[in-house]
Amino acid sequence: MPSSIQLTSTGRLKHFLTVSGLSKDLLTEILDTADSFIEVGERNIRNVPLLRGKTIVNLFFEASTRTRSTFELAAKRLSADVLNINISTSATSKGESLSDMLQNLEAMASDMFVVRHAQSGAAHFIANSVTPGVAIVNAGDGWHAHPTQAMLDMLTIRQKKGSFEGLKVAIIGDILHSRVARSQIRALNTLGVDEVRVIAPDTLLPKNLESLGVKVFNHLEQGLVDIDVVIMLRLQRERMQGALLPSEQEYYKLYGLTREKLKLAKADAIVMHPGPINRGVEIESEVADGNQSVILDQVTNGIAIRMAVMSMAMSGQSEQVNDDAMEQAR
Amino acid sequence: MKIEILNGQRLTSNGQWEQFDNIRIENGHILSIDSGDSNFVPERIIDAKGCLVAPGLIDLSVSLREPGANVNGTIDTETAAAAKGGFTVVCSTPDSSPINDSKAVTKLILELSKRENNCRVYPLGALTKSLKGEQLSEYASLKDAGCIALSNAFNPLQSLIVTQRCFEYAKTQDLCVFVNPMEPSLHQGAIHEGKVSTIVGLQGIPHTAETIAVAQLIQLAEATGVRLHLSQLSCAGSVQQIQQAKNTGINVTADVAIQNLLYTDQTTESFDGLFHCQPPLREEYDRLALIAGIKNGAIDVITSAHRPCEAAAKLMPFAETAPGMSTIELVLPFAQQLAKHSDLPLSTFIKSMTSNAAAILDLPNPTVERGAIADLVIFDPNIEFTLAAENLISKGKNSPYLGQELIGAVRTTMNQGRISYSLNPESLT
Repeated sequence: MPSSIQLTSTGRLKHFLTVSGLSKDLLTEILDTADSFIEVGERNIRNVPLLRGKTIVNLFFEASTRTRSTFELAAKRLSADVLNINISTSATSKGESLSDMLQNLEAMASDMFVVRHAQSGAAHFIANSVTPGVAIVNAGDGWHAHPTQAMLDMLTIRQKKGSFEGLKVAIIGDILHSRVARSQIRALNTLGVDEVRVIAPDTLLPKNLESLGVKVFNHLEQGLVDIDVVIMLRLQRERMQGALLPSEQEYYKLYGLTREKLKLAKADAIVMHPGPINRGVEIESEVADGNQSVILDQVTNGIAIRMAVMSMAMSGQSEQVNDDAMEQAR
Repeated sequence: MKIEILNGQRLTSNGQWEQFDNIRIENGHILSIDSGDSNFVPERIIDAKGCLVAPGLIDLSVSLREPGANVNGTIDTETAAAAKGGFTVVCSTPDSSPINDSKAVTKLILELSKRENNCRVYPLGALTKSLKGEQLSEYASLKDAGCIALSNAFNPLQSLIVTQRCFEYAKTQDLCVFVNPMEPSLHQGAIHEGKVSTIVGLQGIPHTAETIAVAQLIQLAEATGVRLHLSQLSCAGSVQQIQQAKNTGINVTADVAIQNLLYTDQTTESFDGLFHCQPPLREEYDRLALIAGIKNGAIDVITSAHRPCEAAAKLMPFAETAPGMSTIELVLPFAQQLAKHSDLPLSTFIKSMTSNAAAILDLPNPTVERGAIADLVIFDPNIEFTLAAENLISKGKNSPYLGQELIGAVRTTMNQGRISYSLNPESLT
């Protein structure tokens, strides 16, 4: 099963691949742990020695600024050694297979890989092929999952709204190609919000989405009514080419979040966006920079969330390795 | 060689299992059944107590992988695997390397298959040059060299006018055309489009990628009068269309790959590349419609769709893995599973892989009756074993059944009266 490979035999986190299959308690533990690290970020000396002596490899097969930097900062604040590998200029371009490359990196005594890859399931594949004791954190795989992004969003929602109960959340935009949306839907439903809505034209919606526990709306005006949390998704420019949308102008007209449209949501609704923002395509500048926007809080929370999952996964791995050794000794 | 098989049950021509005392084989044919003639002195006696004796199986679609990169398989290994599975005849798909679009490649395949003589290989010739879907290949030469039918494997035809002309020219040469129906613009992705593709975030292949192509192909078959065989259907909607076409007298037949009867897209939720198949594994209602189609005759044949892959081909993120499963050795244990869990009688299964397949290839109807060619499989339905990679003769160890328990094993395969496979019981422990 997709979920069980990320848990130890006692149900603790040892990889962080997807939100799917994780319990409400475990997600809450991640949020609580992250809360405790927020305080670290506010100190003059921002490091804690939790991962001292550990080597964390940031393995990014896709370009990323924000995610990679926050993972790097998070690792450094946990006192780990960090190696950044930009794959486009490295091994696989020489024809080396992914599994061979991993074996080589493991031979350098790496303890954790933070992986971003264009293929859905890449993080699962890597978690299945590394030796026990090595933790995998998914920093985004294809359209499948971006669990640390979802969790930093959850942390932001909890900070601003106090709890998840009774909340109505709308995710707007390109759900089809969005790993962020898939992880958010799972996390929101597990944490017990009242309602998750997605708002998009059918061309940007995957099939049978209702089975994930969401309400589907095609029109922004209808979907925004009564909403507490508005999550905008980035619209990639190449979507115009595949006949998914006619133009950025029409998209903005129908799905762009403007001050006017935002008034349809609750007065105290917050506006979120995983970044990078396309101003004037999915969101009006005044909304992105306005007082309902929590976009920069999300970035700050990203460091704490990544510290939380890295420290939890590493301790889960150590625990599992010890348990396995005890088991063998018996 | 004179062979005597004792005390089993044979599959009769009318699809019943019937107890026999002896089946005697001489000169490649079944000499007698339950004969009391004491003058017959067999050189070999096979005790088939508790076993089922059926005609040797025929597979319409096997990737032998040779000529080509031999890491995936060779004609020697894959035909040996076929014999172990109970097959006496296999059709080789034209997507070898080089592609089988010329007399020379056809002859090479035939020559190599005769070296070990594990089973009879009937090559499928390429429907278009280099399987590019653009130009006709030389059908007359291919037929002359030994191709039994034509196929474009998993390669799309570029336009309907090309398809129409392929059909017209194939009809002129009196060749049956195998087509794997797919509309290429909709056939993008590695798994079925549905709830699972939504969950795992992989691009999905919708039902319409197949059903639209089926509709077009049936109309072109009707218009041209070609003998059309639709290969490896995966959708309930395709079964329905075939049934309608048959009801209106259109000359069309169809097969289904065994993996589409065994599994659904649910298996792909764990990103396990072993379940990456083409066509994709679809939903439970598709699986059930395919099984119903076999039972009611809409679908004529089950194929192993055997596609051996080296280990590295599956060690990648799901969408990058090579599609296909190594299946041919385990077809009868699978058939028993389908009989037990999906209400598909073993005799119906075997009929689809024997007389129905033979009819499509214009081969004599295989039977276990007096005077028939001694193409036989002796199957022990009770042997239980756990599948290990080293049990597989095929170079492709890409089976999701590794480590699982299976029931039933072929004891002996006989090809024109010659024993082409014989089980070593120790090999299963």
